[in-house]
Amino acid sequence: MCAKKVTPAKPGEVPTTGHQWDGIEEYDNPMPRWWVWVFYATIVWGIGYSIAYPAWPMITGATPGVLGWSTRAEVATEIKRFDDANAPIKAKLVETDLTAISSDPELMSFAENAGAAVFRTNCAQCHGSGAAGVEGKGYPNLLDDDWLWGGDIENIHLTIAHGIRNTTDPDARYSEMPKFGVDGLLEPQQISEVVEYVLKLSGQEHDAALATPGQTVFVENCAACHLENGAGDPALGAPRLSDAIWLYGGSRDAITYTVVNARFGVMPNWNARLTEDEIRAVALYVHSRGGGQ
Amino acid sequence: MTNPEPSTPASLYVAREPIFPRRVKGAFRNLKWWLMALTLGIYYLTPWIRWDRGPNLPDQAVLVDMANRRFFFFMIEIWPHEFYFVAGLLIMAGLGLFLFTSAAGRVWCGYACPQTVWTDLFILVERWVEGDRNARIRLHRQVWDGEKIRKRAIKWTAWLLIGLGTGGAWVFYFTDAPTLLVDLVQGTAHPMAYLTIAILTATTFAFGGFAREQICIYACPWPRIQAAMMDEDTLTIAYREWRGEPRGKQNVEGNGDCIDCMACVNVCPMGIDIRNGQQLACITCGLCIDACNDTMDKIGKPRDLIGYMALTDETRERTGLAPKSVWKHVFRPRTILYTTLWAGVGAGLIVALFLRSPIDMNVTPVRNPTYVVLSDGSIRNAYDVRLRNKGGDDTAYLISVTSDARLKISLEGQEGLSVTVPANETLSQRVYLTAEAGTVAVAQDRTSARLWVEESGTSNRVHQDTVFNGKAQ
Repeated sequence: MCAKKVTPAKPGEVPTTGHQWDGIEEYDNPMPRWWVWVFYATIVWGIGYSIAYPAWPMITGATPGVLGWSTRAEVATEIKRFDDANAPIKAKLVETDLTAISSDPELMSFAENAGAAVFRTNCAQCHGSGAAGVEGKGYPNLLDDDWLWGGDIENIHLTIAHGIRNTTDPDARYSEMPKFGVDGLLEPQQISEVVEYVLKLSGQEHDAALATPGQTVFVENCAACHLENGAGDPALGAPRLSDAIWLYGGSRDAITYTVVNARFGVMPNWNARLTEDEIRAVALYVHSRGGGQ
Repeated sequence: MTNPEPSTPASLYVAREPIFPRRVKGAFRNLKWWLMALTLGIYYLTPWIRWDRGPNLPDQAVLVDMANRRFFFFMIEIWPHEFYFVAGLLIMAGLGLFLFTSAAGRVWCGYACPQTVWTDLFILVERWVEGDRNARIRLHRQVWDGEKIRKRAIKWTAWLLIGLGTGGAWVFYFTDAPTLLVDLVQGTAHPMAYLTIAILTATTFAFGGFAREQICIYACPWPRIQAAMMDEDTLTIAYREWRGEPRGKQNVEGNGDCIDCMACVNVCPMGIDIRNGQQLACITCGLCIDACNDTMDKIGKPRDLIGYMALTDETRERTGLAPKSVWKHVFRPRTILYTTLWAGVGAGLIVALFLRSPIDMNVTPVRNPTYVVLSDGSIRNAYDVRLRNKGGDDTAYLISVTSDARLKISLEGQEGLSVTVPANETLSQRVYLTAEAGTVAVAQDRTSARLWVEESGTSNRVHQDTVFNGKAQ
């Protein structure tokens, strides 16, 4: 469009751009002068801003800006601010008796939320993000009412702090099931019998002819830890065999594998990686997921 | 360059032409005074209206409580999750503007826009201090002597005080007004309050005192949008050129009614000549009508050489017909449609307001995991029940379940089935439903269940349907 400006004949009238669209012409009004000054002001501001803040790309990074501002430093300041703000309630969490915390709504609410964050970061890898564990694979479900090492708050705290069967903490809880099959402690026939008896204990379908002699094998070899009625012993980490919950599966095959090879679940001692307030928080979180005793 | 530009190209930008609106009296000027008193009165006084809501809630009638994320408007209390009420009000405001624009053009711009109202107030102050149009022009051209410095200083101080009052009133909408006033005076208020006041003072001072019509012409998008909503029946201000032209001396044969006294131009706050026809800069404030009527009365000619009319009236008047009545311009399908939509949204909001549930609860079934097997073989599902206590007192809520299947209910961390939510807080309570081993709900894929929440001590009761997942899931 090479339309020429149309300068008006009469003074005081506004010139048009010379463009025409369906008979509509466009005025060629000049810009207000203050608008131009605002434009210059934005340029000045832009130059000043690029000097004050990180702006110009260089080979190894941007110019830092004379104010020394950075997003990283800002985040660090914010984290410190939250840490400082939480310091008193964290101290209170460590001082308060574990069993008394749940009666303080503010403290409990803090512990549950902080515990949830700790759980997601450190525990969810094995126990699942919903704390349901992995059924049949030896990662315990923390939501149910069955606890290998005790489900009251103090026992949960102890388990998290020192772990289970690890070699890094001398206070880790420890027990070991014999490898009845691999080490030849029981004959294959005896293993078949005791497996049928365990199936009977948990109320599952079983071969009664094998379960009857299996009871004798059980009393002689297993009852020391699992007790005669199969109720287990949380002090030894011996699972209850008479319920519907199985850490490594409750089928005939799974139980047979357990008796032959034994199981050896390990949990790290978290006192090496978490602070006491974090351990307490996550213990309270786990305790309040529905299974706590 | 075969087509060289003219030897003296027009400047790309020009300085603002100062405008010195003359004082005018008349019906529209009076209307504008009343509207100014009304709108400024509402703006300045609203935060000071008190409204008793009980001991734990603020007693300010209109309050945007940012800290607690609450909006109070007399008996109505809006929480963030009910923000659609505010959205609805904004839609109503938009439709209202459409309605008024299609019926009467830029009435918003001319009478109610804050830019217009504050500019009007600033011009009033200007006239009090510096005198009317001629005196102000003289002062403008005068060198900076003692008189000019004194008058400018008084005017600017008055403007700054008005600006300070404008910004000062704004912050009162966001926190308890009497408390904040004391804090502001003592210097203990939040820095944000001072910053807000400073910014609003500066913008009021600059926009009302200096930018004025520049805001309407260059900064505001609304005039452009309005142009699309006006049609040939929209009432707007026009000059009856067929009656006035050719303008010139009175009582000269062949001359029209316009005696070219320039009154309409001199009173115009936008500095335009309405006789050039309807134009972008015209905010239809009606002051030129008052000015022209005054002149017509003096020379004994009929009024309304400049007046409100629509494009269709112009066509009719040029052919000697009487213009359509105002009501015929106002009531037509377009305005009726806007009114219907506006009323429809309003009615919907009122219905929604009265249908608001007295108890605010929300049930989220926990899906990670879908169910938990307990040692006795029973199945347990967990639900997060979110309860919001919108009242000013701590309230106990009873939670219960109804279902065709036998389901046992229990609450995490509570002995019974009651949970207390502190005043003005939201609480998430984990609720467990358990189906005993061997019952139908254990084997079944999904069993429907209904969770009930009852406000203790009242008959308020709400429910939400959910499902219980069995082992088949």
